[in-house]
Amino acid sequence: MTHIVHLQDVCKSFVTEHGQTVCALEKTNLEVTRGEFVCIVGPSGCGKSTLLRIISGLEHADSGQITCAGRPGNKPHRDVGMVFQEYSVLPWRTVLDNVCLGLEFVQEKKSTRIQRATQYLGLVGMARFANAFPYELSGGMRQRVAIARALATGPQVLLMDEPFGALDAHTRILMQKELLRIWRETQKTVILVTHSVDEAVYLADRIVVMTARPGRIRDVIRIDLDHPRERRNPLYGQMTARILDILEEEVVTAGEFCTHS
Amino acid sequence: MPVYFSRFLSLVTVLVFLGLWSWAAIAIGNKVILPTVGEVADLLVQPTADLLSMGSLLTNVLVSLLRVLLGYLIAVAIGIPLGIAMGYYSAVHTMFGDFLNLFRPIPPLAWVPLVMAWFGIASLADLFGVGRGPWFIYLNNFKYSMMFIIFIGAFYPILTSSIHGVRTVNRVFIDTARVLGASELDIFRRILLPASLPSMVNGMRIGLGVAWMCLVSAEMLPGSISGIGYLITHAYTLAATDIVVAGMISIGLTGALMDWLFRRVERRCFSWQRLAR
Repeated sequence: MTHIVHLQDVCKSFVTEHGQTVCALEKTNLEVTRGEFVCIVGPSGCGKSTLLRIISGLEHADSGQITCAGRPGNKPHRDVGMVFQEYSVLPWRTVLDNVCLGLEFVQEKKSTRIQRATQYLGLVGMARFANAFPYELSGGMRQRVAIARALATGPQVLLMDEPFGALDAHTRILMQKELLRIWRETQKTVILVTHSVDEAVYLADRIVVMTARPGRIRDVIRIDLDHPRERRNPLYGQMTARILDILEEEVVTAGEFCTHS
Repeated sequence: MPVYFSRFLSLVTVLVFLGLWSWAAIAIGNKVILPTVGEVADLLVQPTADLLSMGSLLTNVLVSLLRVLLGYLIAVAIGIPLGIAMGYYSAVHTMFGDFLNLFRPIPPLAWVPLVMAWFGIASLADLFGVGRGPWFIYLNNFKYSMMFIIFIGAFYPILTSSIHGVRTVNRVFIDTARVLGASELDIFRRILLPASLPSMVNGMRIGLGVAWMCLVSAEMLPGSISGIGYLITHAYTLAATDIVVAGMISIGLTGALMDWLFRRVERRCFSWQRLAR
């Protein structure tokens, strides 16, 4: 089986505070190959994060089939790791203890936990900060710790929900490079949600462009540029422009939709 | 501001206050209305001296402290688990929230008549069936009615801050733990409890302060023959105002000391919270 993530006709709707039912995802189909790097972009509120949360098992789809790492994705499992946009590093734990967290849940021995955590801290370049507390770290460093923590339990799929959204432009570019390196070294499958088209074009093998609410997959665009990608490359610019055009169209459609209803 | 200067400033306030008190005491010239600083200080420097054949300041403070701690521990034992449950499960909050809020505005003192009707002068001695001897004297000091008043005072701050602590736990911490394969028990032990502990300990500190304040009203209840609150009310009936003031100061110092201890624990254990912003 080459598809590590497989979604078929997945639907999800929410009930708002006013009692209205809002369709967040409509008949979504997606297949992700083992080792692939997929980015999901789309207008805000299009259900990108919902899609990711459904894959992770944090939320349940109303209908449709989900297979993730060979099992039905109806509850979180250690084969799927996740990194969030907000800083999710626990402030009362040291960096090392944060990375140990998932290993505690699967009841690894203490020596194994520390050894594994140290190994992954090394991978993300945070070994020197093992005994630091999160308040001593910058935003980029905290996300490195979050990545190490997500990888430490040995997932096959790494889900990332706008992981660099809160970082400044400089750190963001650095973290993108780091993420590519980590992806190459660990050979994980990565699904990353972002609102930055540039980030998606820089990172992804394939970009999934979603429509405005109700969320649907509008286009899947393959990026056949070699890494490291040069932002000066005209092809890079063309890709970015093309995706931005699609998104703009979607935002306009969504706006019209709103004024008519 | 240098440390010694800020110490000096806070000392100045106390000295000015003592000066005004001395001046007023001399001007009034009636120790029943206002005893002098010296008269009160004489009592305070010998905390083990017997007063009005009711025991010393120190023993009465200790008796009161034990009473408060007992009522307080019951409030902690009920308030914290209930607060966690109400904070985490909205069904539990819906069940108990409005009901408990009905009782919140009732001052502990307003419970006194009802509590007396329920418990009278029954005490822990009745619970353990001890009728005489030294254990009777100890256990009889812990009247149900007093413990109830102290419990009511401490319960609400503890409950409220436990609910608040759990409710304000960052959802992303819980999601993170879920994705990493945490069970409900794991989430409780590794996320909810440590994340809400600072708020709970803060509530416990405030609760202890309120419990200590409820003490005098609790010790005014019939059947009380000891405790710093009883000493004060008894000294008042004998017009021994100097003992009243010395007792008040003892209450203040003890309360401040307990608060200081709590703050120390908070500073030590929860430095991550202070520095996290």
